[in-house]
Amino acid sequence: MSTPAIEVKGLVKRFDDVVAVDGIDLQIAQGECVGLLGPNGAGKTTTVEILEGLLPPSAGEVCVLGRSWATQAEEIRPRIGVALQETRFYEKLTVRETIELFRSFYRSGLEVDEAARLVQLEEKARAQVGKLSGGQRQRLALAVALVAEPELLFLDEPTTGLDPQSRRAMWDIIDSLKGRGRTVVLTTHYMEEAQVLCDRVVIVDHGKVVAQGTPAALIASLGGEQIIEFCTEPRLDPASLHSLPSLVRVREKNGGALLSVRELHVALPALLLAASQEGTRLVELSTRHATLDDVFLNLTGHSLREEQGP
Amino acid sequence: MRSPLWQLVLFRLRALYREPSTLFWIFAFPLLTSIALGVAFRNRDLAELSVAVADGPGAPELAACLEAAEGLRAERLPLEQARERLRVGRAALVVVPGEPPELIGDPTQPDGRTAKLLAVDALERENGRKDTRSYAAHSVNAPGARYIDFLIPGLLGMSLLSSGVWGIGWALVQMRHGKLLKRLAATPMRRGHFLLSFLLTRTALALVEMAFFVGFARLLFDVRVFGSSVELAGFGLLGSICCGGLGLLVASRSRTLEGASGLMNLATMPMMGLSGVFFSAAHFPSWMQPALKALPLTALNDGLRAIMIDGAGLEAIWLEGAILAAWGVLCYAAALKLFRWQ
Repeated sequence: MSTPAIEVKGLVKRFDDVVAVDGIDLQIAQGECVGLLGPNGAGKTTTVEILEGLLPPSAGEVCVLGRSWATQAEEIRPRIGVALQETRFYEKLTVRETIELFRSFYRSGLEVDEAARLVQLEEKARAQVGKLSGGQRQRLALAVALVAEPELLFLDEPTTGLDPQSRRAMWDIIDSLKGRGRTVVLTTHYMEEAQVLCDRVVIVDHGKVVAQGTPAALIASLGGEQIIEFCTEPRLDPASLHSLPSLVRVREKNGGALLSVRELHVALPALLLAASQEGTRLVELSTRHATLDDVFLNLTGHSLREEQGP
Repeated sequence: MRSPLWQLVLFRLRALYREPSTLFWIFAFPLLTSIALGVAFRNRDLAELSVAVADGPGAPELAACLEAAEGLRAERLPLEQARERLRVGRAALVVVPGEPPELIGDPTQPDGRTAKLLAVDALERENGRKDTRSYAAHSVNAPGARYIDFLIPGLLGMSLLSSGVWGIGWALVQMRHGKLLKRLAATPMRRGHFLLSFLLTRTALALVEMAFFVGFARLLFDVRVFGSSVELAGFGLLGSICCGGLGLLVASRSRTLEGASGLMNLATMPMMGLSGVFFSAAHFPSWMQPALKALPLTALNDGLRAIMIDGAGLEAIWLEGAILAAWGVLCYAAALKLFRWQ
């Protein structure tokens, strides 16, 4: 592989007395689709805005497409596409006029209608932005990011605030944009999104990289890829769980526990037996594959879905 | 057309004509204001002054004599009622019959004084006074000398100021607030094109505004431009660009619409009172005059009035032009220094 699309060393960003990014190292190869996964306030957006050249770093080295923002911004900008977390495009312009405006800033790129078609907005091309739904607005932001046919595409929380159906439609579109040597960097706090779209996931918490790898490798790193969640009445003594076969980890929660196990078919009968021997009644029981959320929970002690302060 | 500058200008123009409220403030508001003020302060014939003649011997003759006098209207009433009329201001003078008749009025009221002079004059003539000379009198009510002639250039100046400050300032803050400025900053768009698109749109709109003002003022009030229309347009554009700079400056950092509207009001409202829009700034005490003269709206209004009313050429208003240019340079330099894309 030639030069990496993005190379970051020791990136730090301070706002007054808050440290938003606290020493991040990152290397993203050309053609890769990488997700920065972390809860709100983890420093994802700040990191991406530094990569987009919108914020200067407080410390550290940032190299985008082999160039530096400080001295070669004019060479980077035409080659990247950006969808900010939320952009309110001018409401009285139509979809087509908005894309055309942004298209005019680039020497080369897609035809306006082609960009609208890529995000499935061709039928809304003549509608004013103010009349679009949330999902359509996000797709417009994507079309605007795509109109220059960028080598490097930044998508900051592309599906935040969308209903499940619009989110799925957006995933299909983003999935179709990968490949052809295009590098995609997206941030998200939805682990399903990272799992579905990304070749590689970088897990970020409190301004630091906690882990990175393919979704499968990260899940495998848990040791137990199956999860059993249960509740009993009365509460089952946690000590009686430690002898369960193929158990990797126990995490207690209200009235029950979350068990990471390697083999469901041996762990589950043993759990049922233990529960009845202890004289407790199972009120809830479910099993599932481990997800990136379990990885995150294991690494940080809190869930992706909990709101985190910066 | 793929030109980025043209696309940005189109963006501004579309934002303008697709926003009916903008058009209201630029066109309908000054039109309605000038109609309201033009009607309220129109030059009209003075009403006849009312004189109450108290009952008594000789009252009918007195009343007839006063009624016949130009500018007076006489009515006969019992003395008490006549005094009551005077007290509430429905009569300017009370005349009590006698030899000679007695006049009761308030000499501190203009109407009271005028009524007394007219009444004495009429009664003296009735009594046989002979005038020694007669005077030729001519009335003047020509365009150029009326309140509306003073008002229209002032309203035009105010309109150029507010559409400059709000037209540029509000749009910028709205774009910053919605992160559109940030998104634009992430493209290779040339910053100069962005600024230029605002100035070009402002200039085009200012020309339309001036044509509209001059047109409706001529049609509705017969207000004429005594100087050169080209020079009026040129001076107005200088003012408009200067006011645009003021808008750019007040909007250079605000992120919230509330904060920005406060700043924009602060930049425009005091000048609307101090810079001679509705009444001449010369009414303010003399120690304030140098400061008032240095305000951009005063310079703009004085210049517009000089061209429209006095028919002055640009050479006569070089000082006003220089004041506007200085404000423009100052505002643009500061705004470009302070400007924040996010």
